[in-house]
Amino acid sequence: MSTVLLLLITGIGLGALYFLVASGLSLIYGLMGVLNFAHGSFLTLAGFLGWEVGRRIGDGSWAGLLTGMLVGLVVGAVVAALTELIFIRPLYNRHIEQVLVTVGLGLASVALFEGIWGTDPIQIRLPEWLGGTTDVLGANIPNDRWLLIATAVVVLGLIVLFLQRTSYGLVIRAGVENRTMVTALGIDVRRAFTIVFAIGGAAAGLGGVLASVYYGQVGAHQGTSLLIYAFIVTVIGGLGSLTGAAIASVLVAVIQQFANFYLGGTGDLAIVLALAAVLLVRPTGLMGKVKH
Amino acid sequence: MTAILTVRGLDARIAGQQVVEGASFEVAEHGVTALLGRNGVGKSSTIKALLGLYERSGEVTFAGERIDRLMTHRIVQRGIAYVPEDREVFGGLTVEENLRLAERGGAPNRGIVAELFPELIERAKQQAGTLSGGQQQMVSLSRALMNDNRLLLVDEPTKGLAPLIVGTVTKALEAAAERTPMLLVEQNLQVVRALAHTVIVLSGGRVVHTGPAADFLDSDLVHRHLGVSTDEEAA
Repeated sequence: MSTVLLLLITGIGLGALYFLVASGLSLIYGLMGVLNFAHGSFLTLAGFLGWEVGRRIGDGSWAGLLTGMLVGLVVGAVVAALTELIFIRPLYNRHIEQVLVTVGLGLASVALFEGIWGTDPIQIRLPEWLGGTTDVLGANIPNDRWLLIATAVVVLGLIVLFLQRTSYGLVIRAGVENRTMVTALGIDVRRAFTIVFAIGGAAAGLGGVLASVYYGQVGAHQGTSLLIYAFIVTVIGGLGSLTGAAIASVLVAVIQQFANFYLGGTGDLAIVLALAAVLLVRPTGLMGKVKH
Repeated sequence: MTAILTVRGLDARIAGQQVVEGASFEVAEHGVTALLGRNGVGKSSTIKALLGLYERSGEVTFAGERIDRLMTHRIVQRGIAYVPEDREVFGGLTVEENLRLAERGGAPNRGIVAELFPELIERAKQQAGTLSGGQQQMVSLSRALMNDNRLLLVDEPTKGLAPLIVGTVTKALEAAAERTPMLLVEQNLQVVRALAHTVIVLSGGRVVHTGPAADFLDSDLVHRHLGVSTDEEAA
């Protein structure tokens, strides 16, 4: 029982990390039709800069970590918004070129990060509590999972509030359904593109710092490896659906954890099979809709 | 006739394929101009090309200003409202959100929604995707009519609607046309007869006839260009 509980909660913690990356990916694709392969770069850069600033504030302290998270969030948002403005916007409505640009950015940025911070991951120091565990019904849950889960829940809540309560949120929800009709109502949907990139980048940036907490290290390939899982989550959840991304994040991570433990480390295979099964039964994903 | 919209040599392409070919016509600054033609001749494509929703070339002048190089939202912001074929309401948004999204400028006229389609007020919190086709058309028309427009582009507003709703929609269009000129694509010739004073007929992406609506509808040109007789229209 305690093993199942441990796998379940650690799975939800990993799912929280996936959600932070996948939420932005899903919104960006839903609104703009762009699969953003540079998303992992936002995450990695935010992870590095968050760590650089955080350790100067207080290496291994809560102040350092929380500052690092704030830096990661801001760096992710700013870099993503700049990416949209400089690289994506000039290619408006040219989806293939937009995707190719993000692929190029993703590849080039990894090389840049390796040039600056080296090819080997850097071990980081964390607040002592995060290295410990909490007993839940006999299962010793690593404390860092609570931080991941709490952050993802807050991020989910904030994005939902933004989408439901603001005028730009309304434009984004409508644009995910039918972008052409939004422009035909006289709305400059490109502003919403920048905002969605910034929101997605902020969530990924936060995810970058928390990924370094989860793995205990920060490295140039962190974003790339997480991006693969985030794409799987996004497709399973349904491209463009935030709720779908949240559900699929937890589902994918929990399946991965259980398969790794009970089926001899076959977690990655299990989620690829889950992806294939969802696509066969429901090609638009769990919560995806056919777009106009 | 003074024109609010002048179109010269309009070409439109979808995925590289030409769907409108050198179309030239004018839309009067008052009343309803109907754009007619058989299925697939390029009526909806012409409207979408005017709005910049399709790749296009040619000259489009609206109220003295060239708009053929503007992006869609800029064209609409100049006072051209679009009621698309198949309604295209945002099904996941409520009726109220659909209307709020369409508000332009400082003083949208919500009163007109209550006046023309009172049931939308009762259904303000309902998801637009759960409305009937007729109710969705009311939302679509309301989005256009509540703004201060200088031209309405209305694409097949009665398509697929029950006869009772066709009457409601026709009355709403008639009321709208008293204030704002309209370019109307419509297959229902009774609706055309009730609303339009001028017709433009397309065939194979080209304009093949322009003239007074009554003259056209009473002539054998209806059969030649639209494939229906005046008897069929009456039926």
